[in-house]
Amino acid sequence: MSIGKPLPHDSSPIQVTGQARYTDDIPLPAGTLHLAFGLSPVAHGEITALDLTAVRAAPGVVMVLTAQDFAEVPDCSPSTHDEPLLSTGTVHFVGQPIFLVAAESHLAARKAARLAKMEFRELPALLTVEQALAANSRFEQGPIIWTKGEAANAIAAAPHVVEGEFEVGGQEHFYLEGQVAAALPQDDGMHVYSSTQHPSEIQHKVAHALHLPMSAVRVEVRRMGGGFGGKESQGNWLAIACAVIAARTGRPAKMRYDRDDDMVITGKRHDLKIRYRAGHDAQGRIMGVEFTHLMRCGWSQDLSLAVADRAMLTSDNCYHLPDIRIESHRLKTNTCSATAYRGFGGPQGMIGIERVVDHIAFAVGREPLEVRRLNFYRAADPTGPGTGHRYGGPHSPANAAPQTTPYHMPVEDFIAHELVAELEKSSDYRTRKTEIAAWNAKNPILKRGIALTPVKFGISFTLTWLNQAGALVHVYQDGSITLNHGGTEMGQGLNQKVAQVVADVFGVDTGTVKITATDTAKVPNTSATAASSGSDLNGMAARAAAETIRQRLADFLATRHQTTPDKVRFEGGTVLVAGESHPFASVAAQAYQARVSLSSTGFYATPKITWDRINGRGRPFFYFAYGAAVTEVVIDTLTGENRILRTDILHDTGNPLNPALDIGQIEGAYVQGAGWLTTEELVWDAKGRLTTHAPSTYKIPACSDRPRIFNVALWNQPNREDSVGRSKAVGEPPFMLGISAFLALRDAIAACGDGSRYPALNAPATAERVLLAVREQQGSA
Amino acid sequence: MGEIAFHLNGTPVRISGEAPTRTLLDWLRETRGLTGTKEGCNEGDCGACTVMVTDEAGPKALNACILFLPQLHGKSVRTVEGLTGPQGQAHPVQTAMVAHHGTQCGFCTPGFVMSMAAAHATGRTDHDDVLAGNLCRCTGYAPIIRAAEAAESAPVPDWIRDEPIPLPEISSGGEAAGRGGQTAPLRPQSSDALAAAYLATPGATLIAGATDVGLWVTKQLRDLTPVIFLNAITDLQRIEPGPDTIRIGAGVTVEALRLAMKAPHPALAEMLRRFASVQVRNAATIGGNIANGSPIGDGPPALIALGATLHLRRGEARRNLALEDFFLDYRKQDRQPGEFVEAITIPATAPGLRIYKLSKRFDQDISAVCGAFNLTVEAGATTAARIAFGGMAGIPKRAAAAEAALTGQPFTEATIRAAMAAMSQDFHPLTDMRASAGYRMQTAQNMLLRYFHDLNGLPVNVLEVAP
Repeated sequence: MSIGKPLPHDSSPIQVTGQARYTDDIPLPAGTLHLAFGLSPVAHGEITALDLTAVRAAPGVVMVLTAQDFAEVPDCSPSTHDEPLLSTGTVHFVGQPIFLVAAESHLAARKAARLAKMEFRELPALLTVEQALAANSRFEQGPIIWTKGEAANAIAAAPHVVEGEFEVGGQEHFYLEGQVAAALPQDDGMHVYSSTQHPSEIQHKVAHALHLPMSAVRVEVRRMGGGFGGKESQGNWLAIACAVIAARTGRPAKMRYDRDDDMVITGKRHDLKIRYRAGHDAQGRIMGVEFTHLMRCGWSQDLSLAVADRAMLTSDNCYHLPDIRIESHRLKTNTCSATAYRGFGGPQGMIGIERVVDHIAFAVGREPLEVRRLNFYRAADPTGPGTGHRYGGPHSPANAAPQTTPYHMPVEDFIAHELVAELEKSSDYRTRKTEIAAWNAKNPILKRGIALTPVKFGISFTLTWLNQAGALVHVYQDGSITLNHGGTEMGQGLNQKVAQVVADVFGVDTGTVKITATDTAKVPNTSATAASSGSDLNGMAARAAAETIRQRLADFLATRHQTTPDKVRFEGGTVLVAGESHPFASVAAQAYQARVSLSSTGFYATPKITWDRINGRGRPFFYFAYGAAVTEVVIDTLTGENRILRTDILHDTGNPLNPALDIGQIEGAYVQGAGWLTTEELVWDAKGRLTTHAPSTYKIPACSDRPRIFNVALWNQPNREDSVGRSKAVGEPPFMLGISAFLALRDAIAACGDGSRYPALNAPATAERVLLAVREQQGSA
Repeated sequence: MGEIAFHLNGTPVRISGEAPTRTLLDWLRETRGLTGTKEGCNEGDCGACTVMVTDEAGPKALNACILFLPQLHGKSVRTVEGLTGPQGQAHPVQTAMVAHHGTQCGFCTPGFVMSMAAAHATGRTDHDDVLAGNLCRCTGYAPIIRAAEAAESAPVPDWIRDEPIPLPEISSGGEAAGRGGQTAPLRPQSSDALAAAYLATPGATLIAGATDVGLWVTKQLRDLTPVIFLNAITDLQRIEPGPDTIRIGAGVTVEALRLAMKAPHPALAEMLRRFASVQVRNAATIGGNIANGSPIGDGPPALIALGATLHLRRGEARRNLALEDFFLDYRKQDRQPGEFVEAITIPATAPGLRIYKLSKRFDQDISAVCGAFNLTVEAGATTAARIAFGGMAGIPKRAAAAEAALTGQPFTEATIRAAMAAMSQDFHPLTDMRASAGYRMQTAQNMLLRYFHDLNGLPVNVLEVAP
């Protein structure tokens, strides 16, 4: 069995030697041109003068393009036709590309791009959600509203109400490898290398820009240096720019954004304001809740509708909310276009309900974990897979029907009760809580805090048709195997997991399976590698392809050995048939000579899912992934400085395809999630300029910011649903475990007050915001 | 540019005809096709471009993106391609990174393994600090630290241990003038030579560690010529302890200073640990930090609180002034054309010194506020007070009103609070992306209270809280 083994990332041995090639490392032919955009310095305005004389005259410049140079300016949007490659006269945010420079070197292009003389008639810029709301500047006609039950009535009937509004900041992806693409002109088409999570989208957009059929454009990506959602749509610009220049000059073209340009131009996680009102009883049981999301979407639509939908879809997290109303405004502002980012709106929705539960617990004076439990969904049918019970066994109680989410989906696999109970015990939560209170009583300046938060995250693209994947598997006559699938590798170990699935089918060592670049010429019509779906979808498709070939081999051997195919077994690198053991390579050679096809495609479409997004009804998710984290922090009440002392995580990845890779995803996601809510602050000035556009000013977690003690364990119970190997998706769900760090800070801040005032902390909880909240508790702010 | 020669992955290379501000990273990737070294930020903040550079002082990690080719003259450069042994043997940190799942997307990995290898070669095991200048967005760092720990006990491979330095045929020389009509010597070998050259070419850009000047090239895309590189001037790189004072040459790196300050001024050493990452500290010099004149440089407030004297030189003329008097206004210093920082002198002891650096992130971050406090308390009263801040004004500046409120008063919480109130007369800080004006003022005042509690032994530092 190769499934379930903790194998290292397949590229790890060449990553540590520098041999792993990223897009910018691919040797390109002599004469390759290098591109840079000239960017808008104003947030909103009309271009009144554009003098590019100095740009054209700069050393090394070969071509300069503006919108005027196109009969139809290529569009870069993944959703609707609202992102012209170059501004057509109006600029909508600081950083919008206005002209494109092609030069003999990267540096020459960058230098030339700064030489333009541009004048603008500035228009009023909408920078904040309040401004956009007041101006009714939005995507879609009005807010999307989903309801279940009668929230207003339930709140009115409740004995107690909490309400509030808080800010949740955005987040820069800070993939270590910036955006980059290269295009090589072909006889009758274009070959594009792109650091993208979505090769088919690049293919589609390049084909559209060049007025070619998709078949004439081939997009390849071997690996990305990180993606996190930031390379789902944001790479379109560079790939299209390269293709346009390559088509016009006949020369290869490469473009990579300098880090500062990257951070200014590309979209980030949506920041938002959340307003909430919740009725509850004296124990803290939620009786009704209303949310309003004010999502800052930026200047173009991009993926914002789906992101905002998922924020709504995650607004229950683990809590049963029979009466709920969610109103979501997707606001159009003169800022960069907010885009996909790990969790895709989910973290924003989830922190809303976690805030509400935390606020209620504070209001009723109960231990927050108890209030959480009180509101949890009912436990899953205890006889399902992973429970240790047989289906419908004699001990299975006559359960009521599963409770449903705010979007009316039955929650059939709820395991948070058991999972949280185990984490509570393994993390020694109760004892530490007591110890922290004693410690705080003795320490006037420093205060500790602790919080346990759960995660329930739905797995599937909410755009139902994206839940499909293809794969291509070849077995060669020497028994070696190549694997191609529609997913892209951005560090998550997808290729290794899928290779383990294929190796498992053939009973061979994982090293036998050669992993190749994602290539639109091999597997067509791929979905973005996103929504945590990579291994679920592509693993199933690859398994189907491999099983097709295995079946042919089994049929062939069964005929030859006068047995039945089901008696042919593939294991340990050999094939067992009729009491004989044949090396897999020998079987491949025999089958080849017997003219058996050793190549197959495979396809998978996720079952069971249906979704009506306008009305917020259906089953958008195949299953839920669960997890929980306990975080302990310490704060300095004089400066707001804080750090994470200890984190314990128990996370559900079903039967892990590769536990080592899963733990890596969980550790990394937690730290990234905690970064989102603590040090990672995006700051725009009054003119709409991003002032945190480099790692000198935008602070992702560094090495010493990880928890001092960091315990991560896997739940290790099979997925109830028939996923690949009964595993569960892992890319996004653990990101939201970082919410525990935020609420632990809230707990520490509360230790500075008398319990009369809820510490209304905004995110990110920078030292400055922590100090502000501390001072409010002390009554001095 | 005159000829520059160094070892690259064990093989001598000679370079001529390159612009003196060509970065090592661009040269490696674009000219040599050595693409293992990555560009992550092009400003020395992410560490993806980390290489190991060895000279007489031993191996050190440096950021190749803000390292100019002339700075490498006579040294040995090792990139990730050269970390593997001549027969393809893996370095212990490479083996450990694979075994402990320390790579995911892998883009930061070459920089990490080079930082780890440099630390491994010198036996350092303070991994959090060694790796503070290497950002990873995938792993959450835990597996990388496990890998670093696992590699600790492995012997240093001989191809790293026997790095060839100095390059025998070129360890002298290299004082050649640059190209493009530059007549100033590119790499003077003594402060006398520098004094003469700078007097003759006062418009030249002096480049020491290039940790800030590098960004003028990589981000502002400025042409800096003529340039004079300072890193061959060994007589500026001395730390000379005397009975009452310590004289520190302007060319002393921040890392060398940190190591030297551990015993006499532990508070200064700890601040210098957080001054910047290892890669930046290995390049940056204390003279550069002062001469740069940044209002948020961490060196000046600490040195002002210590009562440092600055030694300036112009040709053969030398003058001394109190460091605080050097900073006149925002980015304006009391420095004449052709005049340069030669050294600073600080007291040999200052038991009351405490320095508090406040930034969004603890490591490798620029201060929102950096407060340095040096009070002399005798018989329960403050007899002398030197308090200086970075981040509170256009220059590093003393808190005169707060000092006055403390001096001659009993050292009590009441007088501390009075001084905190007085501090509002000292500063009118700005709001920017690092902090608001109100937060800066509040925390600057609170730092004084922290100082009081700190001296009284109360726990005040979140970094010292054990989990």
